[in-house]
Amino acid sequence: MSLSSKHLIGLKNVPKEDIELILDTATTFREVLERPIKKVPTLQGKTICNLFFESSTRTRLSFELAQKRLSADTINFSTSTSSTKKGETFKDTVRNIEAMKVDMIVVRHESAGVPEYLTRISQANIINAGDGRHEHPTQALLDMYSIREKLGKLKGLKVCIVGDIAHSRVALSNIYGLQAVGAKVTLCGPKTMIPREIENLGVKVIHDIDKAISEHDVLNVLRIQLEREAGSTIPSLREYHNYFGITSERLEKNNRDVLILHPGPINRGVELSSEVADGPYQIILNQVTNGVAIRMAVLYLLGTRP
Amino acid sequence: MELPLEWQYYIYLELDHNGSEMKSILKSMRIIDPQLKIDRVTDILIENGMIKVIDDINENDFPDTNIYDFSNCICAPGFFDMHVHLREPGREDEETVITGSNSAAAGGFTGVACMPNTTPAIDSAEVINLIKEKSSKHLVDVFPIGAVSKGRNGEILAPISEMFSNGAVGFSDDGTAVKSAALLKNALEYTSMYNAPIIEHCEEESLADGAMNEGLVSTTLGLPSLPTVSEDLIVMRGILLAEYTGGRIHIAHISSKRSVELVREAKKKGINVTAEVTPHHFTLTDETLRTFDTNFKMSPPLRCREDVEAMIEGLKDGTIDCIASDHAPHSIEEKEMEFIYAPNGIIGLETQLGISLSELYHKKHLTLEELINKFAVNPRRILNLDIPKLEVGSAANLTIFDANKIWTVDKSKFKSKSKNTPFDKRLLTGKSVAVINNEQIYFDGEFKKI
Repeated sequence: MSLSSKHLIGLKNVPKEDIELILDTATTFREVLERPIKKVPTLQGKTICNLFFESSTRTRLSFELAQKRLSADTINFSTSTSSTKKGETFKDTVRNIEAMKVDMIVVRHESAGVPEYLTRISQANIINAGDGRHEHPTQALLDMYSIREKLGKLKGLKVCIVGDIAHSRVALSNIYGLQAVGAKVTLCGPKTMIPREIENLGVKVIHDIDKAISEHDVLNVLRIQLEREAGSTIPSLREYHNYFGITSERLEKNNRDVLILHPGPINRGVELSSEVADGPYQIILNQVTNGVAIRMAVLYLLGTRP
Repeated sequence: MELPLEWQYYIYLELDHNGSEMKSILKSMRIIDPQLKIDRVTDILIENGMIKVIDDINENDFPDTNIYDFSNCICAPGFFDMHVHLREPGREDEETVITGSNSAAAGGFTGVACMPNTTPAIDSAEVINLIKEKSSKHLVDVFPIGAVSKGRNGEILAPISEMFSNGAVGFSDDGTAVKSAALLKNALEYTSMYNAPIIEHCEEESLADGAMNEGLVSTTLGLPSLPTVSEDLIVMRGILLAEYTGGRIHIAHISSKRSVELVREAKKKGINVTAEVTPHHFTLTDETLRTFDTNFKMSPPLRCREDVEAMIEGLKDGTIDCIASDHAPHSIEEKEMEFIYAPNGIIGLETQLGISLSELYHKKHLTLEELINKFAVNPRRILNLDIPKLEVGSAANLTIFDANKIWTVDKSKFKSKSKNTPFDKRLLTGKSVAVINNEQIYFDGEFKKI
C-alpha cells in the first residue's frame, strides 16, 4: 500500500483510502512513541528541510520530532520575514536549499499556494504545514486520528468546527478529510467569520453555540486570533466568549457527551473557558501526541513511496 | 542575426526617408469603416502615408509601387487601446514607450493612451512631454493620461490645465480610485472645462485588501479576497458625482455584473458615463486561479461566470463602449513571488485582438462592425481624438487583420519587454497582420515607410 500522490498539499480530493492508510500507519507509530526507545531507522539517510516562513512552535517541533524519531537528517530554515524582503526571491531560496540535495520539504507560509508552487519548482516531496487560510492537512489528520482513537470511528459522526472559519487553515482540511471518510460537518461561528459560499462544500452553517454543543458528537474549536479579530470581525473577545465560547455551564445543560478538540494554542476565557480546557471532554494533549505519530506516518509513507 | 525590434526601430529611424516618393498598394482587402458605412472588398493606394485611391486597382498602372497582398484580410480604421501601462519613466526594465509601442503595433494598434502610475507619476507637463517626445517618431500614437492628484497620492489636484494643454487626453489615479469623493467631485468639475474624462479604477479601498475575487473559489483556496461590491460602490460614486457635476466619468476595466447594471441605468438617465472592459474579464473566471498562477492575478480580479456573461451582454447592448487591455508589464522575478505578494497585472496588447475575435466575433456576440467600433471608434471618441476614416485624402491610419487565422500564443515571441500573460499557449482565431500610421507600416515583424 502506498499513497496516490507524491506530495501532501491538502486533503481536497485525497481519496479515502489514502486517509485511512495514513491513520492506520500512525497507529503503528503511536505505539513506537510509547516505547522506552522511541526511534526507528525507517528514514535513515533521508534529508528533510523544514521551511517555515511564518512563526510556528508546535507544528515545527512536532514535525522535527517526527523526523528525528524516523532517523532522518533534518535542517531548519525559519524566518518570519518573506525572502523577498531580504532581496532574494522565494524561488531562489528554494533552489538553493534544493541544491543541497534534500529529499523532502515541509513548508509553512502565510501565502496560500506556496506548497503547490513548490511542487512545480522542486523535485522533493512537499508536505504542507499550513499555507495562508488554505490547508493544514496534517492538523486535520491528527484531529481525525484523535477522534477515531476516542470514539472508535469517524463514519457517521457529526462534527462541528467552531470559531473563525474564514481565517483558518485547519477548517478546510478538516472539512475535506472528514467528508471523505463519511462524517458530517457543521460550521458554527459569527457570520463575519464564515467565508462566502462555503455551504457549497456540503457543510451546514449555524450561529448558535448551544445547538453546536447539543447536536454534535465532536466540537473542533478553533483559536481566535486575538490581535486581528477584536473590533473588526467581532466587537470584543468578551462578547465572543459570551455568545460563542464553550463553558462548563453550556456543557452541563447538554445531556450527552461531546468530544472537544482544539488545535492550540488555547485562548483561555475566549473560545474555551479554563474549566473546559482542562475538563473531561477535551483531548487537547492527546492531539499533540498524536500529531507526532501522524507526521511520522506522512513522512514515512511519502519518503518510502516507490 | 536577427536584431531586437527595438534596435531595428532605431536603425530604421536613422535611415534617410526624404526625397523619394512612396507609393504602396494594399490589395484585395475587405475594408470596413462603420462611420462611413463602408463594407466592401477592394484595394487602397497609399502615397506618402495618405490614402489616394480606394477602388479596384490594376497594379500595372502604378509602376514602382510596393504591393501588399492582403487578400482574406479586413482593413479597418486603426485600433486604439485607451488603457496601457508603458512603465516609463521609472520601470524601463519592464517596458518603455518604444517597446510598449512596438507591442501595440504587433498587436494591431495604431494608438494607445498610457496611464500615469509611473515613477514619477505623469502629473506635470514635463512628464507628458517626455513621453510624447519618446514616441514622436513611432508608428503608434501615444497619448498620456494625466494623474488626477499630484503624485497620485489623493491629496491635492495635479495641474490638470497644464497637462491638458500639453497633450493629456484624460485624467486618472489608475491603480487606485480617486481617494476621496471630495477630490473626485472637484476633479470632475475641473476637467469638465475641457470635456476630458476622469478614468476611474473602481475599488473601494477599505474593501480591497485581497488577492482575488471573493466567492467560493477564494473560500476554497484560502486566499484573502475582495468582493465585487468594492467595485460597485466606486462605480456608483462616480456615476452620482458625474450626474451632480456634469463632468464625464469613464469606468476603467469594468468587471462586475452589478457595475454593468449601474452603468446601463446611468446611461439611460443620460449621465455622462462610459466604460471599458478587458479581454481577460470577458473571457476568464476566478476558477483559473486554482493553480495559484500569478499570471492570473490582476486588479480588478477575475470574477465569476455570471460576471463574465454580464461583460459580454454589456458589450452587446452598448453599455460597455470599448475594449482595452490594461496592459500591465511586470518583471519575471516580481510575478514569481508568493501569490499574496505578487503584483497585480498582466500584459495584453498582443493578445487582445485575437481573444476578442475568438470570444466575441466567432462566438457571434459582436459583428465585425461592432468590434471595430469598440476598438477604433469609441475609445477615441471618449478621449476626444480624431477618428481615422477610410476615405481618399485622409492620412492612412489602418489596422489590417485576418479574422480567421488560427494561431497559438507564444509569449517568447512578444515584442513587449514583459511576458506576464495568462494566455500563453492558448489557441486563438484571428490575428493582426499589419498596421499603418504616421507614414509607416508594421508588417511581417518590421517597420517600413509607406
